Amino acid sequence: MAGKTLYDKLWDAHLVESREDGTALIYIDRHIIHEVTSPQAFEGLRLSGRKPWRIDTNVATPDHNVPTDLDERKGGIDTIVDEVSRIQVRTLDNNCDEFGIKEFKINDHGQGIVHVMGPEQGFTLPGATVVCGDSHTATHGALGCLAHGIGTSEVEHVLATQCLVASKMKNMLVKVDGKLGPGVTAKDVILAIIGEIGTAGGTGYAIEFGGSTIRDLSVEGRMTICNMAIEAGARVGLVAVDEKTIDYMEGRPFAPSSDMWDKAVDYWRTLHSDDDAHFDAVIELNAADIEPYVSWGTSPEMVVPVSGLIPRPEEQSDETRRKGYQRALEYMGLEGGIPVTKIKIDKVFIGSCTNSRIEDLRAAAAVAKGRKKADSIQKVYVVPGSHLVKEQAEAEGLDKIFMEAGMDWREPGCSMCLAMNSDVLGRGEHCASTSNRNFEGRQGAGGRTHLVSPAMAVAAAVTGYITDVRALPNV
Amino acid sequence: MKAFTTHKGIVAPIDLANIDTDMIIPKQFLKSINRTGFGPYLFDEMRYEDEGWYGKDCATRPLKKEFPLNQARYQGTSILLTRENFGCGSSREHAPWALDDYGIRAIIAPSFADIFYNNCFKNGLLPIILDKGTVSELFEEVEANPGYALEIDLANQVIRRGNGGEIHFQIDAFRKHCLLEGLDEIGLTLQSAEKIQAFETGHRERQPWMFDAIR
Ligand code: SF4
Repeated sequence: MAGKTLYDKLWDAHLVESREDGTALIYIDRHIIHEVTSPQAFEGLRLSGRKPWRIDTNVATPDHNVPTDLDERKGGIDTIVDEVSRIQVRTLDNNCDEFGIKEFKINDHGQGIVHVMGPEQGFTLPGATVVCGDSHTATHGALGCLAHGIGTSEVEHVLATQCLVASKMKNMLVKVDGKLGPGVTAKDVILAIIGEIGTAGGTGYAIEFGGSTIRDLSVEGRMTICNMAIEAGARVGLVAVDEKTIDYMEGRPFAPSSDMWDKAVDYWRTLHSDDDAHFDAVIELNAADIEPYVSWGTSPEMVVPVSGLIPRPEEQSDETRRKGYQRALEYMGLEGGIPVTKIKIDKVFIGSCTNSRIEDLRAAAAVAKGRKKADSIQKVYVVPGSHLVKEQAEAEGLDKIFMEAGMDWREPGCSMCLAMNSDVLGRGEHCASTSNRNFEGRQGAGGRTHLVSPAMAVAAAVTGYITDVRALPNV
Repeated sequence: MKAFTTHKGIVAPIDLANIDTDMIIPKQFLKSINRTGFGPYLFDEMRYEDEGWYGKDCATRPLKKEFPLNQARYQGTSILLTRENFGCGSSREHAPWALDDYGIRAIIAPSFADIFYNNCFKNGLLPIILDKGTVSELFEEVEANPGYALEIDLANQVIRRGNGGEIHFQIDAFRKHCLLEGLDEIGLTLQSAEKIQAFETGHRERQPWMFDAIR
């Protein structure tokens, strides 16, 4: 019999019940709650008179629409200008208080973007099942756990039953081997992967990312990769546990305490696919072929290497694709056939659960150091993923580097990743963004998003155009 | 939850692949803490010239006339016909809520995004997957015949065309059962409460560090 994949192992370890119809009940170890997808779930619990099954598996924090401007943020919930945002954040507080759920409140030390907070607190553990009402929950899979995004009904279901109704997915291995060139990052790898397999390529699969390139990445880099599994259509992204994972966990606030640590680590070391495991699909990429990537359109698969040209719709043989490209270019105000480096940028966003961890900010600061934002750039938002990241960055003096470069150093939250607070793009504005989605209107109605790595975002900020960061002197 | 047994309704075509959840209901509506009232804002950016927000009066908003839901012939529609990968993007359940609140009961497409597909069943909506060719045929029929309607019979997994033709579709048996009965998923799962407890006891022995860490 063939061995098991990592996904198979995690699935088997949490299987409560298989139903005749092919669905199953999966036991959930960790549930992260935020203000946007939870109010209706708590409302549902109240309406049906149900209680959470187990309180100690939940942690909550507001992130999606907390202000990132210091003045607006200072006063906590009361100073949130937007009324609806204020109500949502307050509702989260009230619900957590009512049900006794641990919450990092808006200005608490532990507050941050759900997918930054979970791992950094050690709330996310290797081998756990992790869910959150946000589609980028796959991020946590970088620690070798089974993590996926759920909808609000499922939030209520998990609260009430500690289980998720799931169907077993197929296994896909995306294997990247070789050494990445200088200036090429985890973000570029995942954009290259999505460009290769398309936004629906991973639908129905749990994707395990493997190969020497992935193993060489830091745990944070692996989070960037798993974060965007959903942009390739997969609800689950995974990386096997190795010594880096274990080192990463050590000393985190909610990580296993000393008496249980060794036992946990012994188990974690088994969390990798067996050598003879069967994958239903295998995709291989060569790291040496990957350049810094840039998205030119309105779907994350619409990417090209920075040396590339925006594709011409008329050259696409598939009709659906041709139409899609045409519509995207119209929306983006761009033409096929021109180099992506001709794209003029108006705003820059460095942040989001994809790229707002300390290593991302270090990479951005390394390029920003001694440079100035181009005059044509209206604003550069640098938004750390959590209060802890912010403190660490300030301790290293990164905030000063950004401010000296004319960039805005802000308070932690999702910010312009989805523009629910006042950080938004104006109509027609182009943004070099380290986030994960370039859908129409994602960063503001009519806004035009170009997905890039943190280093590439700074390169755009200092030149005013999409620019190959490797071409800047002294990078 | 609303049960879905048979439904007959006017079909509205939206001839675009990869309609994402931002297009179905733009993110500014996610701020609402309610489950209802999103119908007037369904496809907000594609449907109106101006920007909408939750609570805005839609009666006087300028319409994008070419958008199908704004055309007289598709008024009262309850069945959407669309292309590949409908509902891709975020996990927001506001998308099915908005469709439901507008009066949509079923969506026909060659494929759906995973999360959206799941979310439909939890909200009494029926997503139907048909092959590309059949979907294209339906597009032609809808466009050629104002007032075009289809009848969907879930129990028999059949779509009946006005001309008497029938199209069979596939659906998972459990999902079908829940939709037909309008069963609440949580109640169903809690029927297995003993099993969950038994699993939990064993899990605690195997992985004690997963318990009592968060207070
Ligand atoms: S940063 Fe963006 S993608 Fe990540 S959780 Fe926040 S809104 Fe979602």
